[in-house]
Amino acid sequence: MRCYQCGKCTAGCVLASDMNYPPSYLMRLLQTGTRQNMDKVLASNSIWLCLNCENCLGRCPMEIDIPKMMDYLRTQAIKENKLHPDSKPIIAFHRSFLDSVRNTGRLYEIGLVLSYKFRTFNFLQDLAIAPSMYLKGKLHLLPEKIKDRRSMKRIFAQTIENAKTVNK
Amino acid sequence: MKIGFYPGCSLTGSSREYNESVVALAKALDIELVEIKDWNCCGATAAHVMNEELSLSLPARIMAMAEEQGLTEVVVPCAACYNRLKVTQHELEDENKRTRVIEILKLPYRGDLKIINVLQMLEAYGAENIKTRVTRPFAHKVACYYGCLLVRPHSILKFDRVEDPQSMDTLIKGIGGTTLDWAFKTECCGAGFSVSRTDLVAKLSGNILKDAADRSAEAVIVACPLCQSNLDMRRGAINKTLKNPIDIPVIYITQAIGLALGIGAKELGLKRHFVTVEL
Repeated sequence: MRCYQCGKCTAGCVLASDMNYPPSYLMRLLQTGTRQNMDKVLASNSIWLCLNCENCLGRCPMEIDIPKMMDYLRTQAIKENKLHPDSKPIIAFHRSFLDSVRNTGRLYEIGLVLSYKFRTFNFLQDLAIAPSMYLKGKLHLLPEKIKDRRSMKRIFAQTIENAKTVNK
Repeated sequence: MKIGFYPGCSLTGSSREYNESVVALAKALDIELVEIKDWNCCGATAAHVMNEELSLSLPARIMAMAEEQGLTEVVVPCAACYNRLKVTQHELEDENKRTRVIEILKLPYRGDLKIINVLQMLEAYGAENIKTRVTRPFAHKVACYYGCLLVRPHSILKFDRVEDPQSMDTLIKGIGGTTLDWAFKTECCGAGFSVSRTDLVAKLSGNILKDAADRSAEAVIVACPLCQSNLDMRRGAINKTLKNPIDIPVIYITQAIGLALGIGAKELGLKRHFVTVEL
């Protein structure tokens, strides 16, 4: 790996201070090439807190695609079942989001939030803003469905539900 | 002037005021928006984080449908959708990936659709009309907030300047506004963590609003529904993290221009914001 530890990624990362290892530290751990350090990286919250905002990539003098690396590391962490507790609400949200797309072809926001609540048992969250959202016409009570929903089933079946592809 | 239109899910739901203002402004500027038939969700961050082939197939279906409809150019107002469509088009230049995605979709896909964001649409097809049709100059000092997804990754999007973009600033100046030089133009608001990590969104969005408020911005102008909903709908959570609560509104560029052209606040969806807009 071509990283020479200039630290620009960490300086520009908005969540560096919330991570177990900020991006440049994570790069150094990976450079050592030891299994022990790889395990540290996979079990860290850093890979889950990465927002893929791409600031690090934009500023890296070596143009290292750290966000893409984060995608790979998340896949590995799931495969090896080394999940930091911080990954739980984040994965739950993504799964709930994709369930909605699979079933309707679009994002059904109420469905997403309810499904997320059931996944995380966090039933009280966002009860405060939901009524205002509804009054301001920001919530559809019923999902909008696309006509060709079979195409969604097919896309999901051949990608994320296909054991042969890289899955999470 | 006719152009393809991909609204995306946010614009039909929690950010419908963005849709309302895009549609109202396009009409005022004689731009006819042709919606892509039976469009689906782009998969957003969820597909991208969970499965690469899924994250390419969902946007590819949208583009294949647009191609089939005979569209050559599509405007995508949501910065997240815009980013996913552009990145997918770039990734599918790889022959293996393209072959695989076409096999999944069972639809022809050429990959030559021109994908533009709302700022590019206004620059290309609205600039002259906006100049001559301003009836109520937008005499306000504002912070133009671009966020991440409109400008990064620059190597693929090739839009504006990556650290200090100017396109939105130019549009605002064109309607009589003053734009601030500020530090958070392209910092992340927390994007997709709105539900799963509201605490982090409150912190990041709080930093952005605080800088805008410290420099006496009267409003923050955005072109992304994720930025808007984090900075606006999450204001309660944001203000809990700040010493002094901030009440500056966050409006879309299409709403700001719409106001300058004399379009009504209701038609522009300005009544749907959580933070009251009085501009």
